[in-house]
Amino acid sequence: MKGAVCEIEVEIRNAQGLHLRPAMQLVDLAGGFKSAITVSNEKDTVDAKSIMQMMKIVTPYGTKLKVRARGRDAHEALEAIRKLVEETLFGEPPPEPAAQSNKG
Amino acid sequence: MEIRKGIGVSPGIAIAKCVVIDSKDYRIPRRSILDSQRDKEVQRTRNAFAAAIKGLTEISSRKTIEEGKIKDIFAVHMRFLRDKAFHKRITDFIRKERVTAEFAVSTILHEIASHFEGIGDAYISERAADIYDIEKRLLTNLLGKVQEDVEHLREEVVVVAHDLSPTQTASFNRTFVKGFATEAGGRTSHTAIISRTMGLPAVVALGDLTSAVTAESMVVIDGNRGIVVVDPDEETLRQYRNYARQVSLFVHQLDELKDKPAQTKDGVKVQLLGNIEFPEESQVVRDKGGEGIGLYRTEFLYLYGGVEPTEEDHYQAYAEAVKVFGRQPVVIRTMDLGADKLPQTIRQAPEANPVLGLRSIRYCLQNLGLFKTQLRAILRASVLGDVRLMFPLITNVQELRQAKMILRDVMEDLDEYAVPYNAKMPVGIMIETPSSALTANHLAAECDFFSIGTNDLIQYTLAVDRGNEHVSLLFSAAEPAIVRILRSVIHDANKAGIGLSVCGEVASDTEYIMLLLGMGVRALSLAPPMIPEIKKVIRSVNIEGCNALARRVATLDSQRQIKNLLRDAITQALPETL
Repeated sequence: MKGAVCEIEVEIRNAQGLHLRPAMQLVDLAGGFKSAITVSNEKDTVDAKSIMQMMKIVTPYGTKLKVRARGRDAHEALEAIRKLVEETLFGEPPPEPAAQSNKG
Repeated sequence: MEIRKGIGVSPGIAIAKCVVIDSKDYRIPRRSILDSQRDKEVQRTRNAFAAAIKGLTEISSRKTIEEGKIKDIFAVHMRFLRDKAFHKRITDFIRKERVTAEFAVSTILHEIASHFEGIGDAYISERAADIYDIEKRLLTNLLGKVQEDVEHLREEVVVVAHDLSPTQTASFNRTFVKGFATEAGGRTSHTAIISRTMGLPAVVALGDLTSAVTAESMVVIDGNRGIVVVDPDEETLRQYRNYARQVSLFVHQLDELKDKPAQTKDGVKVQLLGNIEFPEESQVVRDKGGEGIGLYRTEFLYLYGGVEPTEEDHYQAYAEAVKVFGRQPVVIRTMDLGADKLPQTIRQAPEANPVLGLRSIRYCLQNLGLFKTQLRAILRASVLGDVRLMFPLITNVQELRQAKMILRDVMEDLDEYAVPYNAKMPVGIMIETPSSALTANHLAAECDFFSIGTNDLIQYTLAVDRGNEHVSLLFSAAEPAIVRILRSVIHDANKAGIGLSVCGEVASDTEYIMLLLGMGVRALSLAPPMIPEIKKVIRSVNIEGCNALARRVATLDSQRQIKNLLRDAITQALPETL
């Protein structure tokens, strides 16, 4: 696969964290790009297009993940993923303010 | 060539290529494939994925599937089925390990599930259930195809499986299935019963077998000796072909005896009855020349539904058998299971020593609801023919009295509702414990017949579990202790003038027939396929010779002497017996 290797860091901001439903959304989104895309936490690096692998990266609210893409549409892919994770929060709510201060 | 020893549960010889049947209810065994078969297994995996996706799309597009949880679950399944990394992990495993698609699917999905279960997150741990669901979906496609193949066979095969379920065996194409070999099971397992009913050779309890065969394997099933040979060499194959010819010739000769009476050369009549497990076997007993049912085991009613059978379930099963025999006797034995074998719904805490525990009549006497349901059904069936009731595992007179008292209770209940039954229905007991054998004179005074269950009687008398390979050789009906105990029971029954039959395996063992007749037995109940052979033995002997043999056996003090004497006697009377 030609193209640059790009990397960003995203933070999980929805209250429930990266669980099954968000993971499925991410897999669906990643599957639409040509680039090879991986997601890493401290322990594992997994294929963002594989639900089997993504389910290894179960992460609570507040975790930071590295997303790496390689291929022609790498930039677009990372930008779309960032939007899904940090802006639309997988269509899920953010934590209640009280919970947030607990974490803080 | 590989030779495996199991338990022969249905006689005969079958030689054919094998079909291996796995079941998704248990862990699929590792089975090797040839290099050349790897592409085929990968293709089968691909097809299974495609079929599973198609099936899932159909289900989830139905209007009845609402948004929410169920849809979520299907969405997970769908993403897994479309996951290339997941698919690759399975096909890589097939190529690298050279195993069947079933084994690869099962192994990989179990790996994933146990990984999920290992993650400390409750939400993800619960997803393990989804993974098992996906495994089921894929295996249903893979195994369903094999099952379909068995239903549409074009050449003769023998079936090799871990175990067979009633649904599986029911759908086999009987023209092409020639025999069964299973890893699990015992004499009373479903495979055993079905194969006897179908008259096909079967060997069970073979341990690991499915991994020893490939789809190309030639398999010999020797139901007479309980042997299975995988990929026999030419000489072995030749020997077995000869042996099979002899066996079929012999069986053919025996069939001519069907309508001839079971009596000795000097005219002493012997009643030959069948032991059955399922009502459908009644017809087999008749076809083989049996004159009734000497032992109708009723445990299947408790084992196959997973729940306690209703009175109607019992009644239907009894009525079906009784109708086949008209005025000929049908002896129905009440539930003879240990508490450990009962369906979950009525199961109790495990026991340290179930063989000596709460089982059979003891369980019934403590669980009157279950017991009375069965008794009511038997009583209702008693007006349809010559139904007789038998209690198992009686050890003393009090137990017999208690059981009969409950029977009277049930009769009174039926009287109240004016339900007809035979108030004179004969009531008998199994003699299968040393305790009942030693007090047979007392028991004989309070019941109408005895049936000697030699399998348990030998086990309890000799303190030998014949299922235990370390001591099974000690299990023998030719032990002087067994001969003496049999003689004493037969004597007590004949003295009291009550009915007596022998229903254990000894009754179908050609070597013991002369001894039993010589000791005074005049009724035998045995596995239906053995009836013709035993009839042939009876028709070949003189009662005088049997009496003399029994007297001689009584003087011997060792199992080996007795065994040799019995063997010599039958070989002399009937040289061609197998």
